[in-house]
Amino acid sequence: MSDELIAIAILWLFVFVYSVAASIDFGTGFWSMIYRNHEQSKATNIANRYLSPSWEVTNTFVVLIVVALVSFFPGATFTLGTVLLVPGSLILLLLAIRSAFLVYSHSMEGYEKKLAIVSGISGLFIPALLILVLPITQGGFIGTANGYEELLLGKLLTSASGLSYMAFAISTTFFLSSLLLADYSRVAGEQEAYRLYRRDAILNGPLSFFMGLVLVASMKSEAAWLYENLLQQINLLLFSAALFLIGYTALWWPGGQKEHMQGRPRIAVLGVVAQYLLASYAYGKAHLPYIVYPHVTIESAFTHPNTFRALFASYIVGFAILMPGFIYFWRMFMKDKRYVKQR
Amino acid sequence: MTDLQLARAMFGTTMGFHIIFATLGVGLPLMILAAEIMYQWKKDKDYSIMAQRWTKGFAVLLGVAIPSGTIAGVQLSLLWPGFMEVVGKVIALPFQIEIFAFLLEALFMSIYVYAADRLSAGMRILSVSLVALGALASAVLITNVHAFEGTPAGFRIENGQIVDVDPWAGFFNPSFAVSAVHVGLSAYMTGAFVIASVAAFKMLKHKSRGKAFLFHRKALMMSLAIGGLFSVGTALNGHESAQMLHEYQPEKLAAAEGLFETRAYAPLAIGGYTDEATQSVKYAVEIPWALSFLAGNRFDEVVKGLNDFPREYWPPLYVHTLFNGMVGIGSLLILLSIIGFAWRHLLKRVAFPHWLMWLFIASGPLAVMGIEFGWIFACTGRQPWVLYRTMLTADSVTQTGNIGLLFALFVTIYLILGIATVVVLRHYFRRHPLEKELEGSAIGS
Repeated sequence: MSDELIAIAILWLFVFVYSVAASIDFGTGFWSMIYRNHEQSKATNIANRYLSPSWEVTNTFVVLIVVALVSFFPGATFTLGTVLLVPGSLILLLLAIRSAFLVYSHSMEGYEKKLAIVSGISGLFIPALLILVLPITQGGFIGTANGYEELLLGKLLTSASGLSYMAFAISTTFFLSSLLLADYSRVAGEQEAYRLYRRDAILNGPLSFFMGLVLVASMKSEAAWLYENLLQQINLLLFSAALFLIGYTALWWPGGQKEHMQGRPRIAVLGVVAQYLLASYAYGKAHLPYIVYPHVTIESAFTHPNTFRALFASYIVGFAILMPGFIYFWRMFMKDKRYVKQR
Repeated sequence: MTDLQLARAMFGTTMGFHIIFATLGVGLPLMILAAEIMYQWKKDKDYSIMAQRWTKGFAVLLGVAIPSGTIAGVQLSLLWPGFMEVVGKVIALPFQIEIFAFLLEALFMSIYVYAADRLSAGMRILSVSLVALGALASAVLITNVHAFEGTPAGFRIENGQIVDVDPWAGFFNPSFAVSAVHVGLSAYMTGAFVIASVAAFKMLKHKSRGKAFLFHRKALMMSLAIGGLFSVGTALNGHESAQMLHEYQPEKLAAAEGLFETRAYAPLAIGGYTDEATQSVKYAVEIPWALSFLAGNRFDEVVKGLNDFPREYWPPLYVHTLFNGMVGIGSLLILLSIIGFAWRHLLKRVAFPHWLMWLFIASGPLAVMGIEFGWIFACTGRQPWVLYRTMLTADSVTQTGNIGLLFALFVTIYLILGIATVVVLRHYFRRHPLEKELEGSAIGS
């Protein structure tokens, strides 16, 4: 494996982890808002119990991805920095509002619900804007004016791929978050919250799957190169679809020890995350060697080899040191029944 | 305004806003840690309540520090793509490692706040220590990039290509150590004085010698001790910073002091403003020989003047005022902590006189102004370069238009967040008055 491939694989992994974690994070904020007047179900409580400790950690990945991109592929910085100035700034503004109001809502008794509306809604726009990076990099939405590259934002927002990517992002946000919260409610033994989140997952699963298909179809006319490459990964895509079926149907499997709660949400979460993993692997592979089609490739944008080696070493050391922290965090908030079941 | 000026104004505003929260994000964990340790040592419940209340305030401030830091990090790539290309090739390491520091802080912050009731005393102290460590490391690593801009190392540019890259040489560039220490010490100083401000304000309000008054006096004395210690450290390190400038960025030191002609026995100009027409600092108090001593520890040290450099590479001359503001505030804060301690422990007075209380109240905002002056001085004093004598700021800026509108949007958001943070903090502490917690602890113990 060449250095370039290792670097893009690391970057891909970060993007994948963040997109799953962020879908859950933003979706959870949204459900926390939706069920705010549904006190008896504890659905909002469950959402906040997940969200409070985790949003900061999730947010770190935004910077992690930007840093990994700039440091591994500095040659892509000029193009991406230029064309993403407007959408990137909008994301940042929304992210600032969302995070701040999330924290405020925990400190302003009597105003929690109003503040939660601000963070819930702004959080929903973020995934829709974030995902626009993908259609931008597949070509067709970057023009040149006065010798400089510029983003054709109007064209992007009215194109089939722009719209289908956004719809896919939002439905995925709903699906992944409701699925995870169903699992979390089940661990907490909150039957009513479980019922609500399971229902949401059942509604949004097929929707997100369908949007994924629409998205691929939109490539056919707007990014034919990517579409053709993707078709060569058909086996991976079919496997991914099969995992979706397993994960989705797990919502109806018999509940085991908790008979009164139908379904196995843990298996559903794992199956669906594996589904997204395979699909995004296929997508990433099809995207190679381009970072931004057709001018920026992983070779042309690659960093200095010395820097790459130093970075690679620092990733390994860094994650090795942090691993116990992650495990401790996981045990404190995801497994510890005293936390999950409190109140 | 040109696009360059707009981009600089926009990024400057982002940083100016972010460093308030980031500095407190570094400074407050140390205060919380100190309170936790005092609690374990003195077994005085007041310190535990202090730690809890400061943590609450800290968590709200982090709610702004984290997104504004995210904005700063991403805006770098959006506004200065030319600069970030060099960063990516040469000085990516500190950014990279900073992420780990950031993760460490985020993980243990959540653990400290949301799992507090399930942690042992030792685990609580460890968690808050790791939060403090992560915060400090983030600040140090970002300062590393800033230091690299002033004293670039570890690469050469040959025919527009970046060659001979040595990332660790870039990392350990000449001004890294001294700048990092400066940022760390001044952040601890600022965190302490902001606490001192709040405590002094509350003491004035309580007047009486009740429990709340004693509580705030403990907080005040603790923050004066820590703040005083770190302001002395900052001053000593500031001396080293000046010597670093003397060696590596002489035109910056010359502009800071308004020195035009190269000379030995150079005087230190305090106050006034630099006038280019008369080549002097007008209305300044001059201390003979002091600048030479500051720069080289000897009075006959030759200090370079601005006239030795081409006019187009001069930093803006107003940096003299920024430099004075920073040094002046730092000196005042040292004096303030000494007076405070003398009053309480040498004269053994229970309360402080009003004028002194008002000075204590001013100390927090002054410390924040001090770091703002220092930061703006450090960055404008490097102009017109983004990488000293290597890359012009003008050559690294984005070519996209639209900056004016985005600038306005960001300023609006900063205003909203700034005001909302104050409202939220006030609301929270009104709803949870100290008196109630003190009563609660009295019943509990």
